[in-house]
Amino acid sequence: MNMHATPTPDTPLLSVRGLTRTYGARIGCADVSFDLWPGEVMGIVGESGSGKSTLLSCMAGHLVPDTGEVLFDMGGTLRDTLTLSEPDRRRLGRTDWAFVHQHARDGLRMGVSAGGNVGERLMAVGARHYGDIRARAADWLDRVEIAADRMDDRPTAFSGGMQQRLQIARNLVTGPRLVFMDEPTGGLDVSVQARLLDLLRGLVREMGLSAIIVTHDLAVVRLLADRLMVMKDGRVVEQGLTDQVLDDPQHGYTQLLVSSVLQV
Amino acid sequence: MYVAVKGGARAIANAHAWLAEERRGDPTLPDLTVAQVREQMALAVNRVMAEGSLYDPDLAALAIKQARGDLIEAIFLIRAYRTTLPRFGASRPIDTAAMACDRRISATFKDVPGGQVLGPTFDYTHRLLDFALAAEGITPDAPRAPAPAGPVPHVTGFLNREGLIQPEPETDATPPDLTREPLELPADRALRLQALARADEGFLLGLAYSTQRGYARNHAFVGELRIGAVAVEMDIPELGFAIEIGEITVTECETVNQFTGSKTEPAQFTRGYGLVFGQTERKSIAMALVDRALRWQELGEDFVGAPAQDAEFVLYHADNIQATGFLEHIKLPHYVDFQSELELIRKLRRGVEAGAEGTE
Amino acid sequence: MTDYNFAYLDEQTKRMIRRAILKALAIPGYQVPFASREMPMPYGWGTGGVQVMAATLVPEDTLKVIDQGADDTTNAVSIRSFFERTAGVAVTEATAEATVIQTRHRIPETPLTEGQILVYQVPIPEPLRFLEPRETETRKMHALEEYGLMHVKLYEDIARHGTIATAYAYPVKVEGRYVMDPSPIPKFDNPKLDSAAIQLFGAGREQRIYALPPHTRVVSLDFEDHPFDPSRADHPCALCGATDSYLDEVITDDAGTRMFLCSDTDYCAGRQAAGHMGAAQAGAA
Repeated sequence: MNMHATPTPDTPLLSVRGLTRTYGARIGCADVSFDLWPGEVMGIVGESGSGKSTLLSCMAGHLVPDTGEVLFDMGGTLRDTLTLSEPDRRRLGRTDWAFVHQHARDGLRMGVSAGGNVGERLMAVGARHYGDIRARAADWLDRVEIAADRMDDRPTAFSGGMQQRLQIARNLVTGPRLVFMDEPTGGLDVSVQARLLDLLRGLVREMGLSAIIVTHDLAVVRLLADRLMVMKDGRVVEQGLTDQVLDDPQHGYTQLLVSSVLQV
Repeated sequence: MYVAVKGGARAIANAHAWLAEERRGDPTLPDLTVAQVREQMALAVNRVMAEGSLYDPDLAALAIKQARGDLIEAIFLIRAYRTTLPRFGASRPIDTAAMACDRRISATFKDVPGGQVLGPTFDYTHRLLDFALAAEGITPDAPRAPAPAGPVPHVTGFLNREGLIQPEPETDATPPDLTREPLELPADRALRLQALARADEGFLLGLAYSTQRGYARNHAFVGELRIGAVAVEMDIPELGFAIEIGEITVTECETVNQFTGSKTEPAQFTRGYGLVFGQTERKSIAMALVDRALRWQELGEDFVGAPAQDAEFVLYHADNIQATGFLEHIKLPHYVDFQSELELIRKLRRGVEAGAEGTE
Repeated sequence: MTDYNFAYLDEQTKRMIRRAILKALAIPGYQVPFASREMPMPYGWGTGGVQVMAATLVPEDTLKVIDQGADDTTNAVSIRSFFERTAGVAVTEATAEATVIQTRHRIPETPLTEGQILVYQVPIPEPLRFLEPRETETRKMHALEEYGLMHVKLYEDIARHGTIATAYAYPVKVEGRYVMDPSPIPKFDNPKLDSAAIQLFGAGREQRIYALPPHTRVVSLDFEDHPFDPSRADHPCALCGATDSYLDEVITDDAGTRMFLCSDTDYCAGRQAAGHMGAAQAGAA
């Protein structure tokens, strides 16, 4: 396993080039390019229908783009993940990459205990000591503030916020180098959102996570993202440092977004 | 001293002798002849031929008699016989446009060239028990009319001419044969249709009904249903041309379903297809509906998770001979497995009880 | 039965099955699809084993058929008589005398030797089936060696019951590559999968053949700190006194009195003939 290899400093961790995906005549996302550097959190914001989820799905390999490249640093060289063989792509999906779904049910095995959910990725990469797996699962449940006595319960018995925290633990347990997050706080109550955000901010800082977060919630990116991309009608209309974009938006659409005139 | 149970062979022989006696029933009543089954239980014979995948009314009738009227058992007998038959070759595709139709109806047009022919149908009969049948047999006498001249064109052909229905490209490719090759997925349409043609009527009926109730709804009109005899032709290499080797009765159903289309492509009706040996109307309509539901991918529809859309689910569970064998195999002794579970459950219970004592 | 070919199946079909068997032997533990034929016995009643047997038998063979370890259970009797009629081969109940053995749910206690072939009847060949019902998905999991889910199941067993709660059809890993279902044999038999004999597995309804060549490394899945445990009932056989055999539990009266007997009838009879005696015999003597 090569989970924590440090990329050479002059290479981005992820380099997206000219990514385009259309649905018939309608544009999903068009000609998106950007670099993500190690330890960086990139936020992608926009209204629903702006193409941010399509973009995320294309990057993560859940959706095949029409054109473009998604280059990922693999052992010091950038390789196009879209042309990887299926075994290699699946391996990437359970080692270096992680994906946090908006709906925890999509990212959890609802019929498997919390401990088993967290342990699965460990077992998938070869862990075969029950006690060790359990200890690491317990550690991660603790880090996402799930009580130890809930370890053998199934996620069906958990609240929405707990399910989402469990999903995060399940994804981070193998120390992925890149995490994709799709509206990680969507569908949760405001107070639950705040606690989750707090937790995520702590994990991001502590682990030096590299992440791409898609959200319509500017509070999320304000708190978590180093840089920001604003999308409208499938295209990136503005990008820059988060504070810069939010405090001094240049594009008219971003100005509307920031002034909360748009109901996003 | 304990003596373990023996005598499996004798028990089997005796059971089968008893079965033969039960099959015959009251010996003071006349024995049912195979010809009687063939002539008077014709729809049962048709089902056995269709799902047994062997067109031979006499053998199907024999199988029904031997199976005491259990049609799935009769289908099983036919299948087991069929698999031993040598293959001399393959026929040419039958031409259902040249069918001598006994029955031909369309639900989409009031009248069509060739006309609507009701034929020998249960439709519009009132389902009242006919006690005259229980008394002395009657010899019915139906009025006769001259057979219509010439081939009867397919109704979908008229829609096709206008481009209103999605065309089915013709192909000379040899269709796959799941009785000779293992079923591997994804299955193309030819393979799916073969599986559906052999599939259990009840299973297809339930699936088709589910599509009508909204599980992958694809609102279907019976564009045409036709039943009748078609010629079977075979190329004889020594002759260099095809000759007719016989005639079979088939039921063909073509459904006209809701459209595909987009801003760039004009809307078109879509099709489902059913073709089954014999007069097997319910099966062929059900087959057409399920065929249509399975085509969601090629027609650019969404997979909504309905059973009838799921080719793997449908194809792996539609065969009643596979299903009944596996279902009934749980009658076989499983005491070794059961013993291992018994030991496990005792061990688990001991563990919990020991734990409970420990905490007391 | 002169209407049918030797061992029932036609030679074309046998060749097709032999090709599948050879491929299976070349890739131990890999499930080879084959065009299973409709047999004159129902699917689920040993059609896979019977087809593999039909393609394997030669006139010089001596055949043994067991079901639940016993030669005289009804399905064993039925299959044995099928091959007596269609192949005319010699039959035996003695494990050591047989050249080919068809089995359902057991491996004989007497160690098999080189030159013998053990043919298993398999109901569900896919060890991942009850974790993932889709064949398209499980084939992919095997191809990519994605077996994490299998261990999740074992993990859940231990988390809930304190032990791995699989008593039969206990999954194994073959030569460090394919995870395989050994058919519903009790886990007590798993160590015997490491054998000098050729082992062939036939699943008729599911159209799969797989195999273990002699001396293949077969490891029962487990955790380092919860190792595989091939346990058996903690009794000696009441007839022959054996303490190393798998036992059937028999209820002998209305009060529920129990007796434990070898499930392998040939092994038990052999021990009794050699003068070994269990509690039931000793009591009667």
